[in-house]
Amino acid sequence: MVLEGKKRVWEDYQKEIANDHYFYVRSCIRQTFFPGSETTFLRIMKNDLGKDVFEDARHTTCTGIGYHTDIVPLETTMTVIARHFALMTEAGYVNIIPSCVTSFGLYTEVLETWKHFPEIEEKIREYLWKATKREFKIPENLVHTSDIIYKFRSQIKEKSKVSLINKRTGEPLKVVEHIGCHYSKMFPTSGVGGAEFPSVLTGMIESWGGSVIDYPERRHCCGFGFRQYLVMANRGYSVSNSKKKFESMRPFQPDFIVANCPGCSMFLDRWQYTIAELEGVTYDNRGMGIPVLTYEEMAGLVMGYSPWELGLQMHQVSVEQLLDKLGIKYDKEQKYRGAKGQKIGEPQKPQFLIV
Amino acid sequence: MGKLYDKLNQDIRFIEGLNGCMNCGVCTAICPAAEFYHYDPRVICDTVQSKDEALIEALLRSETIWYCGECMSCKTRCPRNNTPGFIIMTLRKLSQELGYFTDSEKGRQQFAIKRAIGENILRTGYCVHPDIVSPQMHPEQGPVWDWISRNTPEIMEKLGSNYKQNGIGGLRNIAPEVLDEINKIFEVTGCKTMFDTIERHSKHKADEMGIEISPEGIGNEYFMTVYTENNGTHNA
Repeated sequence: MVLEGKKRVWEDYQKEIANDHYFYVRSCIRQTFFPGSETTFLRIMKNDLGKDVFEDARHTTCTGIGYHTDIVPLETTMTVIARHFALMTEAGYVNIIPSCVTSFGLYTEVLETWKHFPEIEEKIREYLWKATKREFKIPENLVHTSDIIYKFRSQIKEKSKVSLINKRTGEPLKVVEHIGCHYSKMFPTSGVGGAEFPSVLTGMIESWGGSVIDYPERRHCCGFGFRQYLVMANRGYSVSNSKKKFESMRPFQPDFIVANCPGCSMFLDRWQYTIAELEGVTYDNRGMGIPVLTYEEMAGLVMGYSPWELGLQMHQVSVEQLLDKLGIKYDKEQKYRGAKGQKIGEPQKPQFLIV
Repeated sequence: MGKLYDKLNQDIRFIEGLNGCMNCGVCTAICPAAEFYHYDPRVICDTVQSKDEALIEALLRSETIWYCGECMSCKTRCPRNNTPGFIIMTLRKLSQELGYFTDSEKGRQQFAIKRAIGENILRTGYCVHPDIVSPQMHPEQGPVWDWISRNTPEIMEKLGSNYKQNGIGGLRNIAPEVLDEINKIFEVTGCKTMFDTIERHSKHKADEMGIEISPEGIGNEYFMTVYTENNGTHNA
């Protein structure tokens, strides 16, 4: 009886993830700060898993940052998202996969709202027609791109070249996972495992040999806060919330942090630099900080891709300490080279953070 | 029922976000903003459900409504299915529509966000783009971002982006006909009106404060003032 009850409760959090044929929508933040991650996602999907992923050059921002800074009205955001549904419909697809957690949260919010208030969907259809003469069908399947990597984690494991294990000690690497507030805090049943026990990243980490750290502030926000970061005068909010997390995870000595949301990945990386420069503090024992990966970068390392093709040189906290633990060989000389191997200079060294 | 409350109650997020607050304070316990600012989402809910016009107007003119980070952690936790974050979004919308946002330092920042993010969406089709994240405005991005900014085309090419080129791919040019569609959507759905409203009230405030403001862009004194000004009274 008890087991049956548990099974029933968890059924709410078992998410349907389409098996193939995806309409891909990119993320403003991911393509700005982690362009290699989107490239890696498509490489894994197309080359390693043989999946059909379609991209339409006419898709744009979902306006998510404008919406969550309150300059873009809800009706506008809904209509821009409806336009993306129209592009998906025109291309003959039914499964839509946003690369951004803010977008994923908003797409979910839009579909949930329309489900309960069909008159709003009707109004948005009228707006879209008036503005663009486009029509759309509701997607049959909406998932975040990380959900797909989660779904295929065993296939990735089968093809993997590297495990999340410390090559020297043979112990699983200790990983902090951060799923990002808008993945499932707003609509818990839309995320794998819900808001309380999200398993989208833990599923990847544990399948690929690592162990997950459970620390007190595990579910606390990274501190983006939209206007709280975008406006210079407010950035104390943003760094303070990241600091709260770093202080909470520090006693567990993480080998790295992996994040679901592109914004979170960037903030957890950059705020370590900022805190080091402001206060001379890092959250590891060597003054180098804790490396932060996107989930695509983690998957790419597991698949044996070159760290510099993944774009790990774009991180402020150096990743070499992690590559050494994983036993991954890399050419330090190539780290800061351009596409044709040409020299393009190197970043200056921070004053306190060791790189 | 009061006038301001009626206006709030026209927004679906307000209707869905306020189901009757019992003042338990769980939202405040989980709130990242409450930890950092003089901010208490429980009090926000209590104030709006009081339907007291004077209190709601004070809220619309206050610093308080601009402290929330819209992480929506409150939505998961409320035992009554309220969402203080949604209530905040409704209050901010009304504060801008009525021009009350220029009464507070944090509210005046809407001008900077409109100029930086809003205009960028209409100009490029993106909310964020590497070309607008300047190292000068973003010192926290560190020396790696400074290096990226100096070598953006080379680095983006290496990482498989289609930076400023036509066709599919990351950071591609968004075609003019696509931008036309986005502009039309902004027009018919009321976003252009919202932008104009932010502009009109900000111009009035800038004139009142005797600070130079230009018709567009971020190269003006009022932008830098609202972008950087912090009177130091906001933190808990």
